[in-house]
This record gives sequence, C-alpha cells and structure tokens, in this order.
Amino acid sequence: MIRGKVHRYGSNVDTDVIIPARYLNTTDPEELASHCMEDIDSEFVKTVQPGDIIVAMDNFGCGSSREHAPIAIKASGVGCVIANTYARIFYRNALNTGLPILECPEAVKGISNGDTVEVDLEAGGIRNVTTGASYQAKPFPPFMRQLIDVGGLVEYAKAKLGSR
Amino acid sequence: MGQTITQKILAAHCGKETVEPGELINARLDVVLGNDITAPIAIEEFAKIGAETVFDKERVMLVPDHSTPNKDIKSATLVKTMREFARKHNITNFFEIGRMGVEHTLLPDEGLVLPGDAIIGADSHTCTYGAIGAFSTGVGSTDLACAMALGETWFKVPEAIKFVYHGRMPKWVGGKDLILYTIGKIGVGGALYCSMEFTGEAISNLQMAGRFTMCNMAIEAGGKNGIIEPDAKTLAYVKPRAKREFKLYKSDANAVYKNVIEIDVSKLEPIVSFPHLPENAKPISEATHIKIDQSVIGSCTNGRIEDLRVAAGILKGRKVHPDVRLIVIPATQEIFMQSIKEGLTQIFVEAGGAVSTPTCGPCLGGHMGVLAEGERAVATTNRNFVGRMGHAKSEVYLASPAIAAASAVLGRLGSPEELR
Repeated sequence: MIRGKVHRYGSNVDTDVIIPARYLNTTDPEELASHCMEDIDSEFVKTVQPGDIIVAMDNFGCGSSREHAPIAIKASGVGCVIANTYARIFYRNALNTGLPILECPEAVKGISNGDTVEVDLEAGGIRNVTTGASYQAKPFPPFMRQLIDVGGLVEYAKAKLGSR
Repeated sequence: MGQTITQKILAAHCGKETVEPGELINARLDVVLGNDITAPIAIEEFAKIGAETVFDKERVMLVPDHSTPNKDIKSATLVKTMREFARKHNITNFFEIGRMGVEHTLLPDEGLVLPGDAIIGADSHTCTYGAIGAFSTGVGSTDLACAMALGETWFKVPEAIKFVYHGRMPKWVGGKDLILYTIGKIGVGGALYCSMEFTGEAISNLQMAGRFTMCNMAIEAGGKNGIIEPDAKTLAYVKPRAKREFKLYKSDANAVYKNVIEIDVSKLEPIVSFPHLPENAKPISEATHIKIDQSVIGSCTNGRIEDLRVAAGILKGRKVHPDVRLIVIPATQEIFMQSIKEGLTQIFVEAGGAVSTPTCGPCLGGHMGVLAEGERAVATTNRNFVGRMGHAKSEVYLASPAIAAASAVLGRLGSPEELR
C-alpha cells in the first residue's frame, strides 16, 4: 500500500520539465531527482516525501524519450503517478524502470493538490483519505501485467535470451 | 479488410499476414539506435541482461550528437562510455565527431534506414524515418538495451489517422508549416498512440526534406509514428544511398482509419508555434509583434541542405539584426560540406551569423545557444516546452527556416515577404 500527499499538475507535463535536458549529463538517479519538476514547480523537490503521489491530467510525460524522467520521479520518492493518459514512450519507460503508473480519470477529477491518497497497486484501488472517496484504476493489459510479474523488461529479455 | 502501410510493415516483421490495431506483437527490428543521452543508460541495462554481444553489430547504431562536441566533463564521460561500448562490440555504425551528424538526418542520408524497415531508437524523433516509408518509433533506454540484445521488441499495433493535404502550397509554406498547422489543429495529444499517415496532393508535391520534417514532428502530436507512402521522390532519394535491399509498402484503398482529416493547404500562411507547446500554432501575420534575441536554424527537423538553401536565399546580401544572434547548424558533415561548396556558409557568416559543426545542442538547451531568463528565440527545431532552450523563463517560437531567416534580419518574427 502506498500512502502520501498529492502533487497535482495539469495536462501535457513534458519530460523536459520533469527533468530538464541541462541535467542529462548524468545518469545518477539521486542527482536527477534533485532537479525533478524544478522548471514548473520549484517547491516539489523541497516538499516531496517518500510515498507521495503525482496526479496529472492528459498526456503525462509527453516529449523526449529520456528514461531519466521516470527515474527522476521514482528517485524523488514518489510512490505512484495517477493520470488520465500517458504519452506512449513515457508509459513504456515507467513500466521498464519500475515507476508505478495508473490511469484513472475519475480519481484525477476527485483529487486535489495536497490531499492524502492511498493506492493499492496490485488491485488498482485508489482512496482519497482527505475526502473519503474511492476509485478503481484501469487494470494493466495482460502482457504488461506479465512483464511486471517477471520483474520487468530486462528480466523478460534475460529469460528470452536464455531460451534461444 | 484492408491494411495500412504501418500494419503491413509490422505484420511482415512478426511473421504474420495481417495485424490488427490493438494487437500486441513481437517484431523483428532492422535498426536499433541510441545517442549520447540515452545509450549510456541502455549500456548499463544491457550489462544486466547478460548478453555476450549485440544481436547484429551493423544494425545497432550509436550516434553521439546531443552534447557533442563534448560540452562538459560529465557529457564527455557519457560519450566515452558509448565509444568504449562501440569498440568492445565492434559496432560498425558508431559515428565519431567530424564524421557524424544529427542522428535522424544522418541515418537516412547514409542509406542505413530504408523503406519497409521496422526501427526503434532511444530518441523520440526516431519517427522521422517514416518519411521514406519505414515504421519507426522512439523508445527509452531499457527498450533500447533489450532490443540491442534481442533484435526485437514488443509493439501494440497502432490505430491510424489519415491526413489528406489538398491543394498547392503558397510561397514560403513548406513541410514545417503543414506539420505545425496539423499539430495546432489536433493538439499535442491529438494522435496519442496512433500512426499518422500523411497523404494527398500537397504531400506528393513535397520534396523529401519537407517529408522528413513532417514525420519528425509526429511525436509532437503524441503519434507513435508518422509515415508517408514511398513514391518516385522517395526512390530517387533512397536508391543511390541504400546499403542493402529494401521493400516498398502502400496502404490498401480499403484500409481502416480511426479518423480522416482533410486539410486545404492553398490558403495557408507560414506558421509559428508560440510557447510553450507546439500546438500553439498561429499564422505569421499574427506574430509580427514578437521581438527575438536569437534565431536557430538546424536540428533533426530542419537542418537539411534544402533548409539551408532557403535560409541563405533570404539572408544573401542582408545583415542579421543588431539585437539578434543567428546560429546555423548543418545537420551532418556532408550537408556542412555541401553548404560550403554552394557558398551558403559564406552567406551566413557574411550576414553576421554563427555556423556550427553538427549538434543537437541548442534544441534541447544543452549548449551552442542556451537562452537566458527572459530571452526569446525563433527556432526551426521541434519543441518549445518550458525551459526547452535554456532558462525556465525563456521562450521558443517554432517556425520554418524561411521564417527563422527573415526574423533574424527583422529582429522580430516576420515573413520573407516583409524584406522586399
């Protein structure tokens, strides 16, 4: 179970604002995390606590393919992202780097900045502790579930390579 | 039921007759690409997979183009990681400084990506190669790592949106204007997860440079790939360059589309996309009040010789406005050399512009033209997000080479028509 405070954003949060390119001269997760979201929310890095939740609207993670974006969010302590929709490369990257993401427009509508939210990742259950409302996220398609269950794409590739 | 060109290419790469939108497939890959930002993470992940070497040393392509020539010690270290990996695995297509180019211009120009290919690259603008009739899409570093080991990856077969461009383009309107207009019309999420198929009279008349520009920016509408059916223009471009056999695919007349969008180009003006999203597209006539500090001509979107010719044609015999810095970046060494031969480089320098060796540098605010707080640039690049070219309070206006060149002279956004 993940429980934390919500940092809420709008639509089209792009990977350039999640982690600006000027910091892409490193691959160190902690260093990347120290600049996460700084161009649109200078308070984020100062206030984010382990288990906190990012809630955003449409097309979260659009733009660059930089995997540094989900890495930075995860290393900042964020336990989960909830959005209406994700840009496709970010969706794959989040899955591949183990950053939990959920799609749930109802929850996005019902959660405000600063609310406390609980998420049951296994079941996709979302509860807004502040308001008492509950929501159900869209389940992952079976193939994605399988990828998550085997421990991610690297483990999947390892098994595949071994079977050749 | 008919198949789109994208469906046909994907079907051919997973050993099926047909594939349907939404279907998950495992596809064989013809080319797998990484750059100096994304490859270093992929190399770390590759080590975890335990593969002895890459699936094919000629089909894994590594291009250090983003922070090069190395902008600082940390970037130099990342490029070094990449270079050592390339040497260790005898990667044929590792492109060193002085022999390289911006990846998405370099690979097609070198005949390394071809019609009918299935390609992934750890760079979102990998969708560029749809211009020659390939299925090509961007991924992240872990996907790149696994593809380097396996030579295959998983895809969800995308639904397709067909864009039909009718009419003849007015003077100063080109591929950049068509794609900015299109993104303005459907929004930055308007083609989310979809294939964008560009068709119609205006596309048939569009030269390859403009087609590359359009497919390059499919990602800016959320598209999985952009694609144009190969025709005589494609073959004239590809044939002399192709390093191996290739196959041409076309959409069936009864192919199924999620949506068909018809656009009349005959009345279009050159387009400028205002900060901070590519969808904020406006005709140039509504933008002439915007003063600029910098004009950047180059990038994987508009760094081709045709782009430089347009810019030089406007700058010839003119001077860059005293308050503007003009930065011109030919996308590859070959284009740089051609620009010298044709006298374009001299025109840029005489006009008071700076000409750089190929690099992605300023497009992503890396180096070679980073903006300070409050500064504004017009750029032929592809993104104008917050902080994209530098300070979070700087601004980028996306436009064609013609508009960027004219604006450099005017000191504000404007059309070449105003220079008469």
